Amino acid sequence: MSEHVVPVRTYLLVFAALMVGTISTYFAAQIDMEAAFHTRFPLNSLVALAIAVTKAVLVILFFMHVKYSTRLTKVVVVASFFWLGIMLTITMSDYLFRAFGSPVGVGGPK
Amino acid sequence: MSETVISPDSREEALHTGHHPDLQHHFDDMEQQKEASSLGMWVFLGQEIMFFGGLFLLYLIYRMNYYPIFSMASSSINVKWGAINTVVLIGSSLTMAMAVHSAQLGHRKLLTFFLIGTIVLGAVFLGIKTKEYHDKYVEHHIPGTDSFHFVPEPGLNGVTEEQSEMLSHNPAFQRSAQIFFSLYFVMTGTHALHMIVGIGILIPMVILAWKGRYDSSYYTPVENFGLYWHFVDIIWIFLFPLIYLINRTPHIG
Repeated sequence: MSEHVVPVRTYLLVFAALMVGTISTYFAAQIDMEAAFHTRFPLNSLVALAIAVTKAVLVILFFMHVKYSTRLTKVVVVASFFWLGIMLTITMSDYLFRAFGSPVGVGGPK
Repeated sequence: MSETVISPDSREEALHTGHHPDLQHHFDDMEQQKEASSLGMWVFLGQEIMFFGGLFLLYLIYRMNYYPIFSMASSSINVKWGAINTVVLIGSSLTMAMAVHSAQLGHRKLLTFFLIGTIVLGAVFLGIKTKEYHDKYVEHHIPGTDSFHFVPEPGLNGVTEEQSEMLSHNPAFQRSAQIFFSLYFVMTGTHALHMIVGIGILIPMVILAWKGRYDSSYYTPVENFGLYWHFVDIIWIFLFPLIYLINRTPHIG
């Protein structure tokens, strides 16, 4: 359980994956993906966030030993992020739809 | 209550009687004590997630409302230093993970070595951050000061030469640009403050580690500090793309 000793190899592999993520997020930002795919969908931002989430999950699971921790600890970790999700979702559900039926845009007149 | 004060003699004695000297009397055994500690640390980190979450939420709403200005202001920050700092901080997470690993195996010297390595990398990060803040000061990008002046770079984010010249004299644009720089300083500053606190905890920990306070049967402080340090790393993993890489292309959108 909590005494689980993670092999050094695992730490080095996670470190290598985090480096790859950092380098790819740096170069992905230089490419204009929205123009390349002829879309107004915020591809660049989504790719950057997807890489960041992947890196964060790797750190949480391996460096922070959550993969090897007790079920109770896992519940607390998941619950913490769930609460963050509630805060983001409910706030954005307000901000994103403030313009509904109103002549002014999001956040007031431009 | 005799367990609360541990002299080297009582520590030795306690080990012989089969009762671990670092076991507090209200816990059944070391495993339970460690579990409780780790759980408490995660509850604290849950609070930290909500705290930084509020800042990220603030950032998100302003970014949606001022997206073009945020792109231009973000492009004025030197992305090379941000990328180097990301590598430095992930490196310090590796040394911290290795410190916990050394503690688990009871390697006193390696534990001390990796803890010092974490301090050094943390200090390098803060040094680079100081250089970046100084750059912003030299460029007059400090929000709230009379000398604040932001000139968007032509050729990036859909800004032409004339537009750049025009926007640099537009008071409304200058006010809006300060919103980005305020968020930049508050978010990276709060993150840096967490690192300063972290280094403040690491220094006494190095001394205790060298003195042999931690061994394979008791290293909870090292492990819990590791959780804190990795958490600070995660915050930076999100700050780097959100602050430095909003839009580095010639177009806007």
